[in-house]
Amino acid sequence: MLNRRSDLPLNKDPATRFLPWLIAFMVYLAALAVAGVMVLDRVSSDWEAGVSHTLTVQIPPGEDEEKDQEILANALNLLNRTHGVAQARAVPLSEVLTLLEPWLGKSETIGNLPLPMLIDVELAAASAIDLPQLTRDLEKITPGVSVDDHSVWLQRLIQLVQSIQMLAASVLGLIGFATVGTLVFTTRAGLALHHPIIETLHLIGAHDSYVGRQFGHHAMVLGLKGGVIGVGFAVPTLFIIGYLAGRLESTLLPDLALGLFEWTALAILPVITALIARFTARATVQRRLKKMI
Amino acid sequence: MAGKQEIVVRFENVGLRYGVGPEVLRDISFQLRGGSFHFLTGPSGAGKSSLLRLMYLAQRPSRGLITLFGQDIATTARDKLPLVRREIGVVFQDFRLLDHLSAFDNVALPLRVANTPESDVRKHTEELLAWVGLKNHMDARPPTLSGGQQQRVAIARAVITQPKLLLADEPTGNVDDGMAFRLLHLFEELNKLGTTVVIATHSHALIERLGHPILTLSDGQMTGGAPVFDPLARPRAGQPQPRGGPV
Repeated sequence: MLNRRSDLPLNKDPATRFLPWLIAFMVYLAALAVAGVMVLDRVSSDWEAGVSHTLTVQIPPGEDEEKDQEILANALNLLNRTHGVAQARAVPLSEVLTLLEPWLGKSETIGNLPLPMLIDVELAAASAIDLPQLTRDLEKITPGVSVDDHSVWLQRLIQLVQSIQMLAASVLGLIGFATVGTLVFTTRAGLALHHPIIETLHLIGAHDSYVGRQFGHHAMVLGLKGGVIGVGFAVPTLFIIGYLAGRLESTLLPDLALGLFEWTALAILPVITALIARFTARATVQRRLKKMI
Repeated sequence: MAGKQEIVVRFENVGLRYGVGPEVLRDISFQLRGGSFHFLTGPSGAGKSSLLRLMYLAQRPSRGLITLFGQDIATTARDKLPLVRREIGVVFQDFRLLDHLSAFDNVALPLRVANTPESDVRKHTEELLAWVGLKNHMDARPPTLSGGQQQRVAIARAVITQPKLLLADEPTGNVDDGMAFRLLHLFEELNKLGTTVVIATHSHALIERLGHPILTLSDGQMTGGAPVFDPLARPRAGQPQPRGGPV
C-alpha cells in the first residue's frame, strides 16, 4: 500500500528528505501536548471527585490536652449525628505530620508544636448540608473552629488546571496549523517543480484528482514516517517525566503516569498525522490545478 | 470511433493572443470530419503549434468558437474536459516523455490515466512497443534512448488508446526514412479505423508522398486548403463526401 506506483518522481524531491523530520518534530511536541491535556483532565477530575464530598473541620489547640480531647469527642459526636454526614473521623497526629511534610520536612520536634486537631468529614452522596448552621453548632462546642468545604481552593485549582489545559490545547492547535502550513508550501513547491510532468498528464486526460491522489499518497507516507519518529521520541520522554515525577514522592503532585487511553491516543497520532498530510496535499493540488484549463 | 460524417473539429473565427501581445492566430475557421487525414503546414512561426495547442486543449482561444466531437469547449464543464482529452492523441514536438519512467510506463500512461485494467495495459503496451521496434527497450528510460527511439515512444503513447483525433507536431523529424514511412503507415492504419489525423510538418516530400489534403497557415491565418465552416451547407442524402476533403 505504501509503495504505490507513481507517475511523478516525488521521492526525489528535496522535501522528501526533510519533511518527515519536520513532521516528527511537530508530532513530538504534539504528543507531549496531547499527553499533558489528557493527564491534566484526569488529574482535575480526580481532585474534584476526591474533595467535593468532603469537609475538613479544624479545631484550634488549647492549653489542656484532656480538654482538647473532650472537645474533639464532642465535635465528632455532633458531626456523626448531623444529617448528610456519612462518616467523621479524627485525623491522627501522624497523618497531620505527613501532610505538613512538604512544607516543614521530617522532624520529631514538629510533633511538639501546637498543631490544630483535624476532623475529616465524608458527606453522603447527593446530600445538601447546611454549612453555616453546622459551623454555628460547632462554635458552641469550641470557639474558633473552622469548617472548610474546599470549594474555594478546589475552584482555583481546577481553574489553574483548566488554564494549563487550554494553553496545551492552543499549543496543539498551533502545531497543527504549522504542520498544515508546511505541507501546503512543500506541496506547492512540488507542483512547481513537476509542472511539466503534471501538464503532460493533464493533456493526456488525467483528472485533477489523479494528480492529487499521487501527491496525497506521497504526503501520507511522509506524514506516517514523521509521525512514527515523533511518537517514537515522545514515548521515552513521557516515561522519563513520569519516572521523575514518581521519584518526588510528593503528596502534592498527582499520579502523572499515562493510562491505556492516553497511550492509545498517542499510538494513533501518526495515523492522524498521515491523514491530515494526505488531505492537505490533495486539497492543495486540486485547488492549484483548477487554474489550468 | 468517430463516424465519418461527424464533425470532429470545428473552429469558427478563432483568434489567439498570448497575454497582451499581438494575435498569433487570426480568424481561423475550418472543420474536420471524422476519419479525415490532413497535413498542417506553413513557415516557421506561422502558428502551427499554437493551432495544435488549441486543438489539444492546452490553450483557450482569445475569441471565436471551438467545437470538438460536437462539444463547445467554452461551455464544457472543466471536470469533463479530461474525458475530451482522452479522445485526443498528441505527439508533441519535444516528445514530453517522463524521463523517470521506462518506455513501457510512458506508453502505458494514457491507459492508466483512464483506469484500464493492468492486464490490458500490459498486453496493449507490449504489442505496440514491439510494433514500433522497441520491444527490447521497454525498460529503458527516455534519456538513454536515441532521438528517434524517443519519438517512437511518444508516438506509441499518442496512439495507444486509439484516439478519435490524432495530432502530431513534426512526428517524423528524428527518424530515418524507413521508420518515418512505418510510422506514417501506423497513422494511416489508425485513420482507416476512423481516427481523424492532423500532422503538422515542413516536409513537402512527406506531403506529396501521402497525398492527403493540406491546411496551410501563414502569419497566423489559414491561407489555403481549409475546409471552412458553412452552417447552411448540408450533405445531400446519398451523396458521399470525399474522404478528408473540404466539407
